[in-house]
Amino acid sequence: MKPFSYERATSPAAAAAAAARTEGAKFIAGGTNLLDLMKIGVEEPMHLIDLNGLALDTIEATSDGGLRIGALVRNTDLAADQRVRRDYGLLSRALLAGASGQLRNKATTAGNLLQRTRCPYFYDTNQPCNKRLPGSGCAAIGGSSRSLAVIGGSASCIAVQPSDMAVAMRVLDAVVETVRADGQTRRIPIADFHRLPGARPHVETVLERGELITGVTLPKPVGGMHIYHKVRDRASYAFALVSVAAIVQKDGSGRVALGGVAPKPWRDEAAEPYLPQGAKIFTAHLLANATPTGENAFKVVLAERTLHAVLAEAKGDAS
Amino acid sequence: MKFDTPATTNPIDRLKVVGQPLDRIDGPHKTTGTAHYAYEQHEAAPNHAYGYIVASSIPKGRIKGIDLTRARRAPGVLAIVTAQSAGKLGKGKFNTAALLGGPTIEHYHQAVALVVAETFEQARAAAALVKVDYARTSGAFDLRAAVASATKPKDEKADTAVGDFAGAYAGAEVTFEGRYTTPDHSHAMMEPHASIASWTGDKLTLWTSNQMIAWGAGDVATTLGVPKENVRLIAPYIGGGFGGKLFVRSDALLAALGARAARRAVAVTLPRPLIFNNTTHRPATIQRIRIGATKDGTITAIGHESWSGDLPGGKPETAVAQTRLLYAGANRMTAMRLAVLDLPEGNAMRAPGEASGLMALEIAMDEMADKLGMDPVEFRIRNDTQVDPENPERPFSQRQLVQCLRTGANRFDWNKRIIKPASTRDGRWLVGTGVAAAFRNNLTEKSGARVRLDARGRVTVETDMTDIGTGSYTIIAQTAAEMLGLPVDRIDVHLGDSSFPVSSGSGGQWGGNSSTAGVYAACVKLREAIAQKLGMNPDDAVFEDGNVRSGQRTESLTGVAKGGDIVAEDSMEYGDLGKRYQQSTFGAHFVEVGVDAATAEIRIRRMLAVCAAGRILNPKTARSQVIGAMTMGAGAALMEELVVDKRLGFFVNHDLAGYEVPVHADIPHQEVVFLDETDAMSSPMKAKGVGELGLCGVAAAIANAVHHATGVRVRDYPVTLDKLLGEMPSLG
Ligand SMILES: Cc1cc2nc3c(=O)[nH]c(=O)nc-3n(C[C@H](O)[C@H](O)[C@H](O)COP(=O)(O)OP(=O)(O)OC[C@H]3O[C@@H](n4cnc5c(N)ncnc54)[C@H](O)[C@@H]3O)c2cc1C
Ligand code: SF4
Repeated sequence: MKPFSYERATSPAAAAAAAARTEGAKFIAGGTNLLDLMKIGVEEPMHLIDLNGLALDTIEATSDGGLRIGALVRNTDLAADQRVRRDYGLLSRALLAGASGQLRNKATTAGNLLQRTRCPYFYDTNQPCNKRLPGSGCAAIGGSSRSLAVIGGSASCIAVQPSDMAVAMRVLDAVVETVRADGQTRRIPIADFHRLPGARPHVETVLERGELITGVTLPKPVGGMHIYHKVRDRASYAFALVSVAAIVQKDGSGRVALGGVAPKPWRDEAAEPYLPQGAKIFTAHLLANATPTGENAFKVVLAERTLHAVLAEAKGDAS
Repeated sequence: MKFDTPATTNPIDRLKVVGQPLDRIDGPHKTTGTAHYAYEQHEAAPNHAYGYIVASSIPKGRIKGIDLTRARRAPGVLAIVTAQSAGKLGKGKFNTAALLGGPTIEHYHQAVALVVAETFEQARAAAALVKVDYARTSGAFDLRAAVASATKPKDEKADTAVGDFAGAYAGAEVTFEGRYTTPDHSHAMMEPHASIASWTGDKLTLWTSNQMIAWGAGDVATTLGVPKENVRLIAPYIGGGFGGKLFVRSDALLAALGARAARRAVAVTLPRPLIFNNTTHRPATIQRIRIGATKDGTITAIGHESWSGDLPGGKPETAVAQTRLLYAGANRMTAMRLAVLDLPEGNAMRAPGEASGLMALEIAMDEMADKLGMDPVEFRIRNDTQVDPENPERPFSQRQLVQCLRTGANRFDWNKRIIKPASTRDGRWLVGTGVAAAFRNNLTEKSGARVRLDARGRVTVETDMTDIGTGSYTIIAQTAAEMLGLPVDRIDVHLGDSSFPVSSGSGGQWGGNSSTAGVYAACVKLREAIAQKLGMNPDDAVFEDGNVRSGQRTESLTGVAKGGDIVAEDSMEYGDLGKRYQQSTFGAHFVEVGVDAATAEIRIRRMLAVCAAGRILNPKTARSQVIGAMTMGAGAALMEELVVDKRLGFFVNHDLAGYEVPVHADIPHQEVVFLDETDAMSSPMKAKGVGELGLCGVAAAIANAVHHATGVRVRDYPVTLDKLLGEMPSLG
């Protein structure tokens, strides 16, 4: 780990300005992702701006009937919030399916959205990785790719965005709120927040230099049955091979996003009219452009079968 | 003391202390943080510096040059060790690859330098500045591709044959052939490898995490080229080893070299992401099993072949070992072939040989039972043997495999099982049960101890035996207490120091029986010395309730050593009972799994192990060993795999996020039953090993249960959902 300097943020706008101004600056929130990466030399910030003192840790009702979640709200608190559990059960379930109790106590809303990939080669600084070292190549393509993307990847990178929370937020049409270095705020729909890798896999979101997430808003609840189904080899404390986040209405219509399959939560509104026709037809549309590797082709089948179980559950048909 | 005739009645048989389910006496130290592990010996080695290892970024080749300029200038740096600066180093008897690489690189993450600095963080930062220029050469990393070039290994019983296997197999009424693969496994113990080294003149003290103190001291001396007497190893507590700490690793050697170079004590630990490729692992295998039988299920031919790989000079995984002994059959063969692979060093991991071998054999037995239309429990029982099938003159000392299977079947309600696979459903779960036999040989090793009775009437035991979380402290205290008629709280046990008498160490499940037998031998001598001191006849002196009694006379042990400690030292050595009798441990594993009908996720619902492993010295610590082993078996069955990048030549998933081991949520209630058994051929303790037995067969029982639940047979471990999905019933 390289030596770094450290400051405590005093206000969101000041933090954003400081981050834009200071060479090699990074925000730190819960630190559960950033510190791990610093210890192994994948992240090498020269300056840390600690956000933990900022008063961005509340969950409040919005005027249009939704919720605003502060960037620093801990995953544990968000999952336990009564309003979230009642109106956005999907989000609560997705959070609780992730990491461990200890990690969720530290992890924050913004940090979770920005957590980096779990591609094994990304973690090994001896190996080529375009995401870690732009232009160095991608060791995963042609290598061990069982856990990697089947859709949305590129010839430069097939990494998966591993957040469970983000998949739920994608289905809930969340909006990411930020403040930029010049003090301007903006609202970024979650659909636009994460980028596909293309030729620049190291650029993972549309955030600009210094831009700070202040919170995430959820529009007013849409009702329906909220299901988050995460599939993994190990019963707990593992990232998703595939996850399905769904809100299904009584008439069989609904929204679905997949986790574990792409560089961002994978949802296609254009496919959703097919949902009432069942998992097979819907998945065929949602994953029509999938280009899996030999090692992860099973994810396409798995996504369909998991969705099948989700739709059965929504119908109240347990088996 | 020599053990060369079967044990008769002795003081251990009183079972006042031995055989009781005592809590671990080291437990409170561990739960209060007062048990200091190797890397925590700050008081013993004050003011130590920290070393950080630089590891090779290529799997095979040569170092062309190392640029240390920037690292040397980094803050806090005290010294840098490389193969060039270290001077001539030997290689330990138990090491295949050099612990400090350069100029030749033998495997990925082989250590190539150590940076010593004032703090850990400074050492790590400076290590990142060491620039190594490599010339990479091509290597072999794919076992499947290397099979064709595999050769017969030298030192092992590579080929065995009895009768006419080929003829009997060809002529058998029912035959079965299966091919199975097991992946490379990592020990993944909790405590990383760690050492602190300190030199006083030419004498080295090494606090380290090592299972085998005498081997370790010897190999450190050999590697450094110093006399063995000048090396002291101290390992009072070890946070798990599973075979990964049988041998000296780079942390120990580099701590010693770093301390020499920095003229300061130096602490070195292996960061978790280094452990997987820097140290050893259980090698992958490809296995072929052929079984021929009569229609009624009597095996007439059994053949088992195994291919594995290792670095040049390495050894095969002896995956065929159990097949020579487990089932009857007049015509038999086994064969091992070893390929050269340039992956990290393959070596022992818990139940080496049997663990991998039974993963294959016990699926094959299930498949054959299927083919015969027989119950898999009955098929195994039908082919029991009470003698070594290769040498019928040679009986087993004790063999209760059949009793294990029957007891287990009863407890598990096996007879309610519907034989046809894929017949039971519970909501979203397809439910199935599986069985496998457990088998692991019992080994006895020479083991010594020193015992001392002091003026307060307390007894101190010293032996270089290690407690790797197994319970050695406790069973050794129980042994001494039983021998001397004292309560266990009057016994102090000191372990893991090479200045103590050489013990068996912890490995191959020999440690429990062997080390307590060594303590028994020393206690026999101490009893004699005490009796003599009191003018009693040692032969009729009875040690009981804190007293020693002979005829009418009773003396308290508290007074005997008032004039000075009474000390006795001895070892237990073994004659040829192990040759005349086949000593093995047996068990049966029963498992129920649920497989998600949609996602094919596998979750274990019930586990039962029935073990017959001689006298159980402490049912509580023994049970802990077995449930831990069952958990490890669940990992082997369902998730553990070092993923090989066959192009780049290394284990890709080299941290505990990528190398998954079971978590609590994976493990249901585990039931363990020990059959009542004493084995008079094993030692005066009449005990045998149990810590590895618990692992043997577990994975196959789970794989068999998955087959029973789904009808899908997976022959390549781990059994993960992607291998089932293609054959799972359609969801409509
Ligand atoms: C062992 C383990 C298992 C895990 N398992 C799962 C799992 O199953 N599912 C899952 O979804 N996650 C899992 N995680 C990931 C976990 O959810 C993330 O580590 C956590 O959410 C990150 O939040 P943090 O606040 O600690 O982020 P930090 O580590 O503090 O920051 C992460 C990144 O976000 C940036 N950042 C933080 N706050 C802001 C802000 N307000 N504005 C702009 N940038 C910001 C930081 O600069 C940094 O780049 C696991 C993590 C671990 C260590
Ligand atoms: S998939 Fe992406 S993260 Fe993984 S090695 Fe390739 S470039 Fe790096």
